[in-house]
Amino acid sequence: MTDVQVWVWRGDASGGDFMPYKVAADEGMVVLDVVHRIQAENAPDLAVRWNCKAGKCGSCSAEINGHPKLMCMTRMNEFPAGEHITISPVKTFPVVKDLVTDVSFNYEKAKTIPPFKPKPKDSDGKRRMYQEDIDRVQEFHKCIECFLCQDVCHVIRDHDENKQSFSGPRFFVRLAALEMHPLDTNERIDLIRAKHGLGFCNITKCCTEVCPEDIHITDNAIIPLKERVVSAHYDPIAWALRRMRGKKDEFVPPELKPPSA
Amino acid sequence: MSEIERHEYDVVVIGAGGAGLRAAIEAHALGAKTAIVCKSLLGKAHTVMAEGGIAAALGNVWPEDNWQVHFRDTMRGGKLLNNWRMAQLHAQEAPDRVLELEEWGALFDRTKDGLILQRDFGGHRYARLAHVGDRTGLEMIRTLQNTAVAKDIDVFMECTLRHLLTDGERVSGAIGYWRQSGKLITFSAKAVVLATGGVGKAWRVTSNSWEYTGDGIAMAIEAGADLIDMEMTQFHPTGMVWPPSVRGLLVTEGVRGDGGTLRNKSGERFMFRYIPEFFRADTADTEKEADAWYEDKRNNRRTPDLLPRDEVARAINSEVKAGRGTEHGGVFLDIATRRPAEYIRRRLPSMYHQFKELADVDITKQQMEIGPTLHYIMGGIRVDPDTEATTVPGLYAAGEVAAGMHGANRLGGNSLSDLLVFGRRAGEAAAAYSKRAGAPKIDEAQLAAFGQGLEAPFQKGGDENPYAIHSELQDTMQELVGIIRRRDELEEALVRLERLRARAARARVTGSRVYNPGWHLALDLDNLIGVSEAVTRSALVREESRGGHTREDFPKTDPEWGTKNVVIRKRDGHLVLATEPIAKVPAELRALLGDDKPTGEAATGTKTPVAAGDD
Repeated sequence: MTDVQVWVWRGDASGGDFMPYKVAADEGMVVLDVVHRIQAENAPDLAVRWNCKAGKCGSCSAEINGHPKLMCMTRMNEFPAGEHITISPVKTFPVVKDLVTDVSFNYEKAKTIPPFKPKPKDSDGKRRMYQEDIDRVQEFHKCIECFLCQDVCHVIRDHDENKQSFSGPRFFVRLAALEMHPLDTNERIDLIRAKHGLGFCNITKCCTEVCPEDIHITDNAIIPLKERVVSAHYDPIAWALRRMRGKKDEFVPPELKPPSA
Repeated sequence: MSEIERHEYDVVVIGAGGAGLRAAIEAHALGAKTAIVCKSLLGKAHTVMAEGGIAAALGNVWPEDNWQVHFRDTMRGGKLLNNWRMAQLHAQEAPDRVLELEEWGALFDRTKDGLILQRDFGGHRYARLAHVGDRTGLEMIRTLQNTAVAKDIDVFMECTLRHLLTDGERVSGAIGYWRQSGKLITFSAKAVVLATGGVGKAWRVTSNSWEYTGDGIAMAIEAGADLIDMEMTQFHPTGMVWPPSVRGLLVTEGVRGDGGTLRNKSGERFMFRYIPEFFRADTADTEKEADAWYEDKRNNRRTPDLLPRDEVARAINSEVKAGRGTEHGGVFLDIATRRPAEYIRRRLPSMYHQFKELADVDITKQQMEIGPTLHYIMGGIRVDPDTEATTVPGLYAAGEVAAGMHGANRLGGNSLSDLLVFGRRAGEAAAAYSKRAGAPKIDEAQLAAFGQGLEAPFQKGGDENPYAIHSELQDTMQELVGIIRRRDELEEALVRLERLRARAARARVTGSRVYNPGWHLALDLDNLIGVSEAVTRSALVREESRGGHTREDFPKTDPEWGTKNVVIRKRDGHLVLATEPIAKVPAELRALLGDDKPTGEAATGTKTPVAAGDD
């Protein structure tokens, strides 16, 4: 049996470095298997998150040779023999230890999203929705919250200071799912612009590229949301109606730094 | 013991899968100050892995479906060992719980009329499972998670609770540690709801993640609660078998529900040889009728590929033992010959993806290689059927950690509905209890002793690798307490478990307290080994074969044993086992079940069964 060698980032908030580990290779092995073998044989305290090991829970996000990926869905045979393989924590969130980062940013943002508010039921007490009307929203519901889209998003990847005013692709998908839900009646459009910072997405599609669920984040969620914001805010009739109803923007977002990329 | 972070709640829910989240939502809605405490990040619990659907007699596809039929299917699937009242409540309330998810934003696949679509699954007479492709669990957990967050319920993520605290007879809280910082944390609580799931990680081939270490079962028995049916473990018939990296990974029963058939290495549809008498009247006994069933369900009986999981898992095991399995020790599951590629990709997207990415198999063209995988435990904490109260005042249990609902074998799809129905009931009862109970007293000596125990692995300077001990435990349970059991092997397992326990006490922990999986595993080993012992001892006591418990030395299903639960409790530090009568089904419900009883002989792989109709 052959061995595989990988370089795993070990360290904590104060710093760290890549450490080489060599373990036996198995047929069909994924990167997460290698990490588990390192834990069992070499480094019992190596910190890593994982759960389902089948690409369904979104726990084991990391950067493999710098690419944001799920460790459980990255086969070792994708790498040519002898390739230098690095495994490091996702960059956008602060390191806790080794491959584990503090992703509480996402859970805090989730709290700021106005919840689903359904319209009344049909007169017979049932709810009817047609498959073709929910296909798009079901695409958004595939999100496994791996936060790889957040990791790769230029607005926050290199700009911690933008996190305050920008929620990131994961939450644009969530907002789009709510906004396009056939039963939902809640108001979010003002908030999407003012609080979640949709305008700062410059549609580079990096998020779409890394999504392990193949959700068309930019085309199907972000761009339609941008269109809704535009028609709500710059359509004179919608603007007048909003004024008449007394709705105002809650606050003006602070200036965001432009993405470096 | 180092300093400890303290919190006070009316209700603490341990576990954030379907049952825990639903319990917390209910307790919170009833005004109880509620906390959810979970080992992983919110939304990652095993519920997220559930694929095929939620069983509920909505009657959207088959108007003749109703709770009575669902009750019958559940009881018969459980080989009549179920707590009848739980099976009744479950069948009656599941539709409301599913519709409630829709009120909270869930989007199930639709019928042509715009209602919730339902699919076929093993052991259910009618297409009954509300689903979203093959990612129903994700839809369910995300809907519950978003609801809990919107209601601003306090969540303690990546926080492992390891011991329950007691005040005399009653529960008073729990103690554990933050996984990120390694610091100790304790909750004072008037009521505690255990929703911690099962113990799959005690087996080598399992569909379960690292979290399933039997925590709730171990904590409950330590606090004085009764366990029942611990010998009843479910081997899901279809786990992946190749490559080794994915061995055990779940392949949804929806594959068979949507047209997949099982074949041995010669291409034979072997399930026709394994139709038990108890299900014969409902099952097609020729390939012709089974094939016709897919197109005309009204005038044909269902394919034996969709017999309950215990039957199918044993049949696969027998085929492999008889040398009719695949190269890697499984059998074939084929949907490509019956269904077009587009249908497969639409109905089973994550199966398509999983096989393509991890096994280089295109299920729209090729057969899958599958075999049994430890998936679920029907046994667990004994609860009152209406309130999910355990035998310890203030302690409740719901979901996989609780027992009774599924009897000797759980039907697919009945777990997600179980989580919702009994999660809600547990949350309601815990909130009500917290209103009438006074504030509990924390026993500081008990707290300190538990706290020191959690920190001890750092101080002991042990010489055993916790990962190696875990690995040997998995081999022990897989080889000796697997799908087919016998006395000498079970006794050998007990000897090995004792040795593993002694070694676990010397587990070596290195590194800091911060996010240290080696330390976490060292602590989990106690639970894993303790619960494994309970399973093994129960399996020794039940000298018959029924549902998820098959004894090679007692292959017959014995009607006498069908009236008893094996009960386990801890007294003076030792497990005490007893058999106690199960509650009798009232006459009006008994009429729904039919007069026959499961009496046949289980396939143990020691002899080849003959084709149906030949005997």
